[in-house]
Amino acid sequence: MLELFGDNSWIVGKVLVATWETIYMVLTSTVLSYLFGLPLGIILVTTAENHIMENKGLNRVLGSIVNAARSIPFIIFLILLIPFTRLLIGTSIGTVASIVPLTIAAIPFVARMVETSLKEIERGLIEAAISMGANAQQVISKVLLPEAMPSLLLGFAITAINLVGYSAMAGIVGGGGLGTLAYYYGYQRYEDTVMLITVIVLIVLVQGVQMLGDNLAGQIVNKRR
Amino acid sequence: MIEIKNLSKIYAASGQEVLALDDVSLTVQKGEIFGIIGLSGAGKSTLIRCINMLEKPTRGSIAVDGREITSLGKQELRLARQKIGMIFQQFNLLSSRNVFDNVMFPLEIAKVPRSEAKERVQELLELVGLTDKAGMHPAQLSGGQKQRVGIARALANGPKLLLSDEATSALDPQTTRSILKLLKDINRQLNLTVLLITHDMNVIKDVCDRVAVIDNSRIVEIGDVLEVFSNPQTPTSHSFVNAVISHEVPGELLHSPMDHSGDTATKLIRVSFIGASAGKPLISSMIRRYNIDVSIIYGNIDRIKDTPFGNLTLEMIGHSELLQEALDYLRGEGLEIEVLRNA
Repeated sequence: MLELFGDNSWIVGKVLVATWETIYMVLTSTVLSYLFGLPLGIILVTTAENHIMENKGLNRVLGSIVNAARSIPFIIFLILLIPFTRLLIGTSIGTVASIVPLTIAAIPFVARMVETSLKEIERGLIEAAISMGANAQQVISKVLLPEAMPSLLLGFAITAINLVGYSAMAGIVGGGGLGTLAYYYGYQRYEDTVMLITVIVLIVLVQGVQMLGDNLAGQIVNKRR
Repeated sequence: MIEIKNLSKIYAASGQEVLALDDVSLTVQKGEIFGIIGLSGAGKSTLIRCINMLEKPTRGSIAVDGREITSLGKQELRLARQKIGMIFQQFNLLSSRNVFDNVMFPLEIAKVPRSEAKERVQELLELVGLTDKAGMHPAQLSGGQKQRVGIARALANGPKLLLSDEATSALDPQTTRSILKLLKDINRQLNLTVLLITHDMNVIKDVCDRVAVIDNSRIVEIGDVLEVFSNPQTPTSHSFVNAVISHEVPGELLHSPMDHSGDTATKLIRVSFIGASAGKPLISSMIRRYNIDVSIIYGNIDRIKDTPFGNLTLEMIGHSELLQEALDYLRGEGLEIEVLRNA
């Protein structure tokens, strides 16, 4: 591997560090965005009309907020959130700092993904649980989430893939990871090799996440068949 | 077991009000299998769903086992629902769980301790004959097996009442019969009251003690199944009964030429019989006593529970006076006679 790059062997180290930074950012922000987005998605589904916690007012308000947040392009989100990130982390530069906008931008996306997955659950299953005397929490934890698990996992993969892209954007404004590497070396210093390698690593990352998601979801579906 | 009084349900759909149940009153006795039959859209599904409050009635009262169900608080209602089992046309089994865990589901909801719950599931699987399928997922089962899981699940918390929402409508006739037999068995074994809705009069005929006919949001007839079958009071009941046992005489019979000469007469009659009289050799003794010729044109005999019942269309040829006496004889023996044609 090293011989292949000759005197460009420094690139390997840079790429490895940047790849790790990207994985770290994406993984952390995906998990954090689910921490908030999953409950939000559940609330969006269950407060809808004729569902287990029907609350039209709350549903409309949350729906509007999610839509509003989703209509802001990520690059603008990134800038808008700088003061908030500083307040929270102390800086707006670096890997840890970029987790903040990544997470916040992903939350409404996650909420909609979760909502879509849970909406697919047949009405009859929910009614059967209610007819047995289940409360809302039991319907969510024993019917909605387990039944939608394959679809939720695919959503998780899609979210992570989106965040790989977003993290590259965050990299351009000093977020670290493969985005920063590509910008500083590939763009500003005309290091085409760095650019190429970055693109290849990104492709591999995205493919890997998608395959993992498909695989896990497929395993569950197969078990149920 | 169930006492429904003046129950009405109005749906408000896009500004329009739809009357789904119109002043329905109904009593279901403890331990009986009660059937409600109606066409789709008649309101039967709404009615059964009101009993465990899956639908909220607009007016009226429903008492289950002496307890008014329409005014219960949330928590009380959940506890009450645990004691009312329900099975569904589409089975509604969880694909995320295998058979064992599907039956376990209501026990988890009721927070039954796990070891006790496991024992209970074993018993229930044995009851419905699925012990060997415990580890399978619903997708691997046939329709009949899925409904057996549904039944085991519905019985998990030891309900006194089982609601069956078109439970056999998605099954073939043979599987339907085996599921109905299972329902009948558990009805006897566990002294379980069963309320079922169906659009299939065969289901009513095979398992029900009493039946209510619902048409256009109203109950139009209630009675013992035998009574309704032998003497349906309304056009709706009539058409349901006819779907199973044809009372209609093929039209061409009524118009084909019949020969008669001198004092010999011909009559086309329909004899309806229920129960004991069906067992007696009345027709043959009539033939001997009144010296008339009889040919069977059309006939139909069935059993409801253990009572034979049916009808025969006969062409009788003989001396006109004797014919009249023969009819009186049959009537005197408790048969219902209808003269379709005279010649």
